[in-house]
Amino acid sequence: MIFKRLSLFSGLVMTLGLFSASLSSAQSNVVNDVLIRGATVLTITNGTLQNTDVLVQDGVITAIGTDLRAPGGIKTIDADGQYLMPGIVDAHSHIALSSVNEGSSPVTSEVTMEDVVNPYHIGIYRALAGGVTTSHLMHGSANVIGGQNETIKLRWGMINPDDLRFKGAPRTIKFALGENPTRNHGRRGSSGSQPGIRPSSRMGVEAVLRDAFSEARNYMREWADYESAKLNHPRQTSPPYNERLEVIADIMRGEILVHCHSYRADEILMLMRVLEDFGVHNITFQHANEGFKVAPELAAFGAGASVFADWWSYKFEVYYSTAYNATILTRNGVVTSINSDSGELNRHLYHEAAKTQRYGDLSDDEALSLITINPAMQLGIADRVGSIEVGKDGDLVLFDKHPLSVYAIAQKTFVDGVQYFDRETDRDDQRLRVDPSAKLDTYMEQETGVHRFVKSEYVTLDILFEQN
Amino acid sequence: MNLILSLLLATTTLVHQQDAEQQTAKPRQGTYAITNVRIETVSGGTIDNGTIVIKADRITAVGTDVVVPEGAHVIDGTGLRVYPGMIDSGTRLGLTEIGAVQETNDSSELGDVTPQMQALSAINPNIPQIPVTRVSGVTTVIAEPSGGLLPGTAALINLVGYTPDQMHAGGVLLLVLSFPVNRTPRFFRGGSPPDDFDPDKKYREAVEKLDEIWDRAELYDRIDAAYAENPNLSTHPEYVPEMAAILPVLRGEMILMVKVNARKEIEAAIEWVQERNIKRVIFSGVSEGWRVADKLAEAGIDCLVGPIFSTPTRESDRYDRAYANIGMLADAGVNVAIRTGQSENVRNLPFNAGFAAAYGLGKERALRAVTLGPAEMFGIADDYGSIEVGKKANLMLTNGDPFEPATQVLGVFIDGFNIPIDSRHIRLYEEFLHRDEGRVQPVQVQPAVN
Repeated sequence: MIFKRLSLFSGLVMTLGLFSASLSSAQSNVVNDVLIRGATVLTITNGTLQNTDVLVQDGVITAIGTDLRAPGGIKTIDADGQYLMPGIVDAHSHIALSSVNEGSSPVTSEVTMEDVVNPYHIGIYRALAGGVTTSHLMHGSANVIGGQNETIKLRWGMINPDDLRFKGAPRTIKFALGENPTRNHGRRGSSGSQPGIRPSSRMGVEAVLRDAFSEARNYMREWADYESAKLNHPRQTSPPYNERLEVIADIMRGEILVHCHSYRADEILMLMRVLEDFGVHNITFQHANEGFKVAPELAAFGAGASVFADWWSYKFEVYYSTAYNATILTRNGVVTSINSDSGELNRHLYHEAAKTQRYGDLSDDEALSLITINPAMQLGIADRVGSIEVGKDGDLVLFDKHPLSVYAIAQKTFVDGVQYFDRETDRDDQRLRVDPSAKLDTYMEQETGVHRFVKSEYVTLDILFEQN
Repeated sequence: MNLILSLLLATTTLVHQQDAEQQTAKPRQGTYAITNVRIETVSGGTIDNGTIVIKADRITAVGTDVVVPEGAHVIDGTGLRVYPGMIDSGTRLGLTEIGAVQETNDSSELGDVTPQMQALSAINPNIPQIPVTRVSGVTTVIAEPSGGLLPGTAALINLVGYTPDQMHAGGVLLLVLSFPVNRTPRFFRGGSPPDDFDPDKKYREAVEKLDEIWDRAELYDRIDAAYAENPNLSTHPEYVPEMAAILPVLRGEMILMVKVNARKEIEAAIEWVQERNIKRVIFSGVSEGWRVADKLAEAGIDCLVGPIFSTPTRESDRYDRAYANIGMLADAGVNVAIRTGQSENVRNLPFNAGFAAAYGLGKERALRAVTLGPAEMFGIADDYGSIEVGKKANLMLTNGDPFEPATQVLGVFIDGFNIPIDSRHIRLYEEFLHRDEGRVQPVQVQPAVN
């Protein structure tokens, strides 16, 4: 429904010609060829190349080398003295979503963030300005098995939410362990004063998972039985279709990657045991503040970890954290990424990655892998993004200084070879159309920490619409 | 052995040298000399290959021709740099331990008018957040209460000591005023605002309330003064703790710290402090200061700005306004200091300063905004904020630019105490990096599934 409403609005706006030319032209007249000359190229997978050119044609990197010839009329950018890295991949984001949590049941695998993508959210542009090109839009952590997530590219200015989708990216789903699902379902009200439903403990979380997988396995069996019986008995009736169980069945079929909100070491071990029992092997633990305690087990299972650089003590289950988490995980062979989970933090993920050189001793390539190739692997899109290689998507960001320096500022960001952010032409007023009477004083308390409890409840351009 | 471990051990050795039999590294005062070191004094430029001598809580010598006192613990600073310890001008450090666990949060009291609440009394000197913070080179912070209109008194504390009094830095206390806000909060406790919510009305009422409180406080001041002049002729005035807490501000003995962010509220707050003739005043937060930088400069009001890591206050603003705000204020001539607004991650102060520097403030002014700048604002520049003879020994020893993430902080002195480079985060790193190293039988780890 939200799609319809949004496209109705935007259709109206387009008809009235209110959209700025620069934005509407992004769709109709796309320039997705570019030659970036003379940059220090941080390829991630193939070291650092000094004074190197990168050519993007039709949205794809076609050549990396020195003194590349620009095909006729192609846009050329002189990047002498600047640093080119792959577009940043944020493995945990809640930007550009009109809702986040379907908290009505401990299992809600039937819902999907695909239905609530908001292409107008200013958070997309702000992330681009920090070099992010791909975001993994996740369901919230209210349920043990939450909704399906959506991987998008930050094609700012698109009107149809579908135009933001990362086409070909595998499906992923959100799981959640620990305090959030137990508080939301089992211990409602202050101090659990209202009666709840399972889970109210980490034991209950495991039971909910096992029940859901078992039920889905039975469902698969019923359908398999039906399919074979149908051959001999054409009038055999099918079992009832159940979208919730279909999705869980797809997890067991290996078609959906699991991304699980988790903090404590015990619950991380628990989920790996459960997944092992049901033959599921694609798992990335999100947050995983205590992942460092079970790093060898994570590595052995082939599980990924997507962590914060330094967040801790905002709730009890992250009290025994360490900012050295990403370093310990990396040194133990765990594929590790650093994510934002925040519309503030996703603007400086390159800085978050740099913190692993204070809290640990990761090399430049290792640190940058945490926000590029590693999250791309966790999202199943490493063949497309996460490094600068011929054949990969032209998702690139140009910095004036080395991106691990605190003084680095992103200058230009490209998605599929299209430039969506340019610091030079960035405007003081980001409104698409200035209405002098519009009351945009939507100020909120900026204290960091607020976002922990109130994530992604942004209002975007509908503020403008409401005013008119 | 990797770089950081060897650096850590090198620093731990500093402590072990002086007291080898000690099992637990603990902060210790003494006589120290840091030699062959690059000294960034902040107040008097850079001294290359210099020596700093520390005795008890003070710096007793700084320069290139300094004689190392006999018996001093010598720290060879070759290739390293010394900076003044950093000051965070607005935090909740010490007042909260675990954000979501109410029982550990003491920064806010019930009621709108509670100026007699003392943040200093609720500081917990022994929480793990304090070592986690100070090993980053942040030596001193403002711990501030929050909540209502007048939530209480903030205190400047050094991050060493076993009691709040030992931690209290320069006796600095600031009365906090959360200036009324004229806006509909995005988030209401327990849901959305009522349909008839009127931010203008609510704002007017709050300003009226503030004026009424201030009228009463001024009356209280006059009564108190009259009684002090003639204790025998007057009856003893009734003690009103709220009013008594405001008195030092009225008499210019205490700074009023006005928390204010949005443009029109900053303008209103400037008018209000001028009308009320507040003698010592500092604004805190000031996220839309850039919109009225000239007015703040003209009013001569110092600003504690931040957090720098914030999103712009309005959807329509440039994406980098929160980074650039402080530089724009400084360009207009406003004295600025940086605040993180943080509790457990005050350690990000140097990175707040780095971003502020990159987006217009520049490195030199950014360094000042976390050292001498706030020391001057709080009236303690004789003791804090720069490396000079006679000042408090609050220092950090680094192997590079302290705002760069890759730089290691190798030593910290606070109040003359040589601080062990140790925290729960470092201990967990040391224990878990190679978790199973201590086992006699190697662990059988299942082979990776894929």
